[in-house]
Amino acid sequence: MAEALIIDGVTKSYGTEVVTLALRGIDLAVAAGEFIALTGPSGSGKSTLLNLIGLLDRPTTGRIHLDGTETGTLDAEGLARFRGRRIGFVFQFHHLLPEFTALENVMLPAFADEGRISEETRRTAVRLLEEVGLSDRADYKPSQLSGGQQQRVAIARALARSPALLLADEPTGNLDQESGDQVFRLLRRLNVERRITCVIVTHDDRLAERCDRNVHLVDGRVDFDKQVRGVG
Amino acid sequence: MIFEWHVARRFLREGRTQTTLILTGVAVGVGTIIFLSALITGLQESIIERTLGNQAHIVVRPAEDVPRAVGGNPEAAGGPRVIRPPQKIRAVQRWQQVAAALAAEPGVIAVAPTVNGPAFALRGDGTKAVAIRGLDPKGYSAIVDLEQRIVAGTLGITGFQAVIGVELAKNLGIVVGDKLRLLVGDGTTAIYTVNGLIDIGNKDLNERWVLIPLRAAQTLFGLEGGVSTIEVKVNEIFTAQAIAARMSQTTGLDAESWMTSNGQLLVGLRSQASSSIMIQTFVVLAVALGIASVLAVSVVQKSKEIGIMMAFGTSRAKILRIFLLQGGAVGLVGSLGGVLLGVGLGAFFAGLVRNPDGSSTFPVELRGALYLRAAAVATITGLLAAVIPARRAASLDPAVTIRG
Repeated sequence: MAEALIIDGVTKSYGTEVVTLALRGIDLAVAAGEFIALTGPSGSGKSTLLNLIGLLDRPTTGRIHLDGTETGTLDAEGLARFRGRRIGFVFQFHHLLPEFTALENVMLPAFADEGRISEETRRTAVRLLEEVGLSDRADYKPSQLSGGQQQRVAIARALARSPALLLADEPTGNLDQESGDQVFRLLRRLNVERRITCVIVTHDDRLAERCDRNVHLVDGRVDFDKQVRGVG
Repeated sequence: MIFEWHVARRFLREGRTQTTLILTGVAVGVGTIIFLSALITGLQESIIERTLGNQAHIVVRPAEDVPRAVGGNPEAAGGPRVIRPPQKIRAVQRWQQVAAALAAEPGVIAVAPTVNGPAFALRGDGTKAVAIRGLDPKGYSAIVDLEQRIVAGTLGITGFQAVIGVELAKNLGIVVGDKLRLLVGDGTTAIYTVNGLIDIGNKDLNERWVLIPLRAAQTLFGLEGGVSTIEVKVNEIFTAQAIAARMSQTTGLDAESWMTSNGQLLVGLRSQASSSIMIQTFVVLAVALGIASVLAVSVVQKSKEIGIMMAFGTSRAKILRIFLLQGGAVGLVGSLGGVLLGVGLGAFFAGLVRNPDGSSTFPVELRGALYLRAAAVATITGLLAAVIPARRAASLDPAVTIRG
């Protein structure tokens, strides 16, 4: 199976006078279509690693290949474009734009990239809202939706550009048991049906058990990396 | 740009209270600017019109006799004595050619010759010192509109007919049709019939002016065929100074513009204009600070959304433009309200106090160009005020704002 993501000797340090090493050398290969849980205690570097994979930040040393592209060679504009087209984000807090309706939020990534809302963008957005079970909430503002619904709109937005990679940072961390479970099953289903590679940061060990693979970080290093259930 | 505009508009619309407050602020600022400009312009134009209503823009006359040293030995104590010779009425040499040359100067719209000199007006026991203005009423009307200032009789003067100032008529007890004797320096006298009374709009002139035909004045002052001054009107009054300087140079005559002869007035107008500009500058500054602070707060409030937009691929340039557009839009929309406010204030003040003749005491000059200028200033101010907040927005680190 082709690799969707290759992390090669990545370190990340912050500060110039007092240097904090957040990542001390990570090597990781993720196959296309894999569903990975990134776990570890607070401060272990899992969110830092997710930001690097999501191209929101650059590694101090080492290389990250996404979809066959060496991302270190891209300039800021190139990173923004790559991020927009190939990566979908879901965060602990939905971070929908409160000024826009659910449907508009889902259309924004394409709108930002193409400068207009094409018929195809609209169709895709409507279909995605259907897929996450919210077609009847298309014209609601985020403040009119429940936490679980907001997170499902955020997932629809993350999928709007048909990304190869979906990154989720504690996607269920802010939800009750039932909504959280619903959101997780949605992610899992999209992973299977659409063959999207997923990397999920989570505190929840039971959630990690339901992924394909669990990469556990401690103190900026991979502590263990185990297959959990196998793809599918 | 459509995306940026769409997001900017939505941000403004959803931040209702802030947007309303800052729009009101901009409107008040722009309204003040419009009202103030209109008022100052109106006042200045009215003052200038009153001043220039009875005088030519440029008066060209022969150069004065220069002072010269007289008597004495340069070595003697105190050195030579310098005296100014008494100035007598002098004729402009070959005035027809000079007048034609002046009329050909760019910016000149009318030229008229006059003969001016002092005299005494006698009637019965009454004697008044007067200023004779010998002119052709028809030709001179292109310089100063005398016709509309006639309050009794007519302007038409030929032969031994005269038009005199209303105050002079009052002092000498003259009504239209009465006779008036004029006595000049060399003892020559002539009798004129008063054909009309004129109100020049200035008490001093009304007490002194006696208008007689050009030819009659030439005879009276012994300037047969000559004129003492050539008066000029230009199309752009504030170019008079420059045109006068050019005329002096080309003709060798003394050309004085209204700007020189009314130096004090001009200083007054200029300081009025500069204080108005200063007030407007501070208003613009206050508007700019208002817009900048509202946007700065908005950037902080929306930092998470900005981070998210960056995460889904929105470039920093687009984020920058979203906030610049907000600033520009606030400036533009606010200025539209400001135009209404300024017009309202202007109309209110103009109607507040009226002169006896029905004209307004506050001559407010409202013009389309002023609105456009105010709107442009407000829009550009908005854009510039947004630069710092917009740059801050564009430089946010998405990884940090999304987490925090």
